[in-house]
Amino acid sequence: MDNGILFIDTFFKPELIVRYLPDILTGMSVTIEIAVLVVIAGVSFGLALALIRSLRSRFANVVIVVFVDVARALPPLVLVLIVYFGLPNVGILLPSYAVLWLVLSLVLAAFAEEIFWAGILSVRKGQWEAARSTGLTYSQALFHVILPQAVRLTVPPLTNRTIAITKNTALGTVIGVPEILNQATTAESFSFNATPLMMGAIAYLVLFVPVVIAGRYIETRFAWRRA
Amino acid sequence: MVSARRNLILEVRGLRKSFGGTEVLKGIDFAVEPQELVFIIGPSGAGKSTFLRCLNRLEEPTDGSIFVDGIDLLHPKNDINATRRRIGMVFQAFNLYPHMTALGNVTLALRKVIGLANAQAEAIGFAALDRVGLKDKARAYPNELSGGQQQRVAIARAIALEPKIMLFDEPTSALDPELVGSVLAVMRDLQASGMTMVVVSHEMRFAREAAHRVVFMEDGLICDEGPPAKIFGPEANARARKFLAGIAR
Repeated sequence: MDNGILFIDTFFKPELIVRYLPDILTGMSVTIEIAVLVVIAGVSFGLALALIRSLRSRFANVVIVVFVDVARALPPLVLVLIVYFGLPNVGILLPSYAVLWLVLSLVLAAFAEEIFWAGILSVRKGQWEAARSTGLTYSQALFHVILPQAVRLTVPPLTNRTIAITKNTALGTVIGVPEILNQATTAESFSFNATPLMMGAIAYLVLFVPVVIAGRYIETRFAWRRA
Repeated sequence: MVSARRNLILEVRGLRKSFGGTEVLKGIDFAVEPQELVFIIGPSGAGKSTFLRCLNRLEEPTDGSIFVDGIDLLHPKNDINATRRRIGMVFQAFNLYPHMTALGNVTLALRKVIGLANAQAEAIGFAALDRVGLKDKARAYPNELSGGQQQRVAIARAIALEPKIMLFDEPTSALDPELVGSVLAVMRDLQASGMTMVVVSHEMRFAREAAHRVVFMEDGLICDEGPPAKIFGPEANARARKFLAGIAR
């Protein structure tokens, strides 16, 4: 019984839950905001890069591959710190949430580019030939015939990757972005109690479990019969 | 440069094609008259498919000239997309767009290349599907169709654009034997309606019965050509006879 009380006091102390709930909710809205902006910017920039790559210009190709490999190889935290502490030295001052958004968007774009590119490559060559043989231009064939097929193939890996990277909004805590984890650790250091951290964890579950479930649903919907 | 004989639908002169250092087509001269059905036969590796694919520039010829209905296909100023509309192509693997219905497959180029409104494109699309006997499958997706039906949709997709000439690249090779007949019947129909056709195929019986002319290709060159009676008969070139004896069933 004593152990039960100790557990409750450590992780689920009622008065602390009441006291810090507003902070955690604020953190949730910050996390949602950044995550949504990261998904929009990251996926569209990644798609744009894949489309540019499909033009097969050697120069563009080299630039994209270098960017993609670097962004995928570095831990996102390293990039966050470099950009946040490095850019002011060259006179560029970005607010911390902008740094977080920028870095995560670039990382997601790098992964998304690879996924879209693999999707474009996996569409059989005969699809291009059939489309072009009816007089469609390169870009008409790309947008009406190739991409719709490529995108369906990319939905499962892209969903997984997007979830993995949006969770990295938690990295914002090291540069003071007031997202969920930042709110929770701040509250923890004031209350000397792990309850706010547990609230933070629950907040992540509340946000991401539906996304994970939605991802699974989208995967099954898009897992589509090939002729 | 203007086509020498204006009544030709297709005129090819000195066509060459190399892949890397390998010359696959070694100088082909070839002409097709309106409403002609020309069969191209020959051993695998002879360059038949490459030749056909050069005729709408899916493969870029290395040298030579191609005129389609008087248009210089290889001229730098030629709008290849506009010309391709006039050259229907049917592939061995059908290559239907799997994310579109049969009607969607047939109408895509009508809408995007010719710029027709949806209603107009669909009317033409239904008519084209009707011609291949698949009007009732207009709303079906390719994976809901048999191989023979898919190939007929692919033919409808090509004829909807009212091509001057149709190229068939082994149209029945990927089909189960019992489905071949339906595709050949559609091709017969096209022939009867006056369509000009160049067919790469191993359907020798169809060639014998339907072709106006049979071309025997080997090793990147046309070795012999003539009416079926000649190519399938004793006066054919020795290599053609040897090839045909080898595949006689």
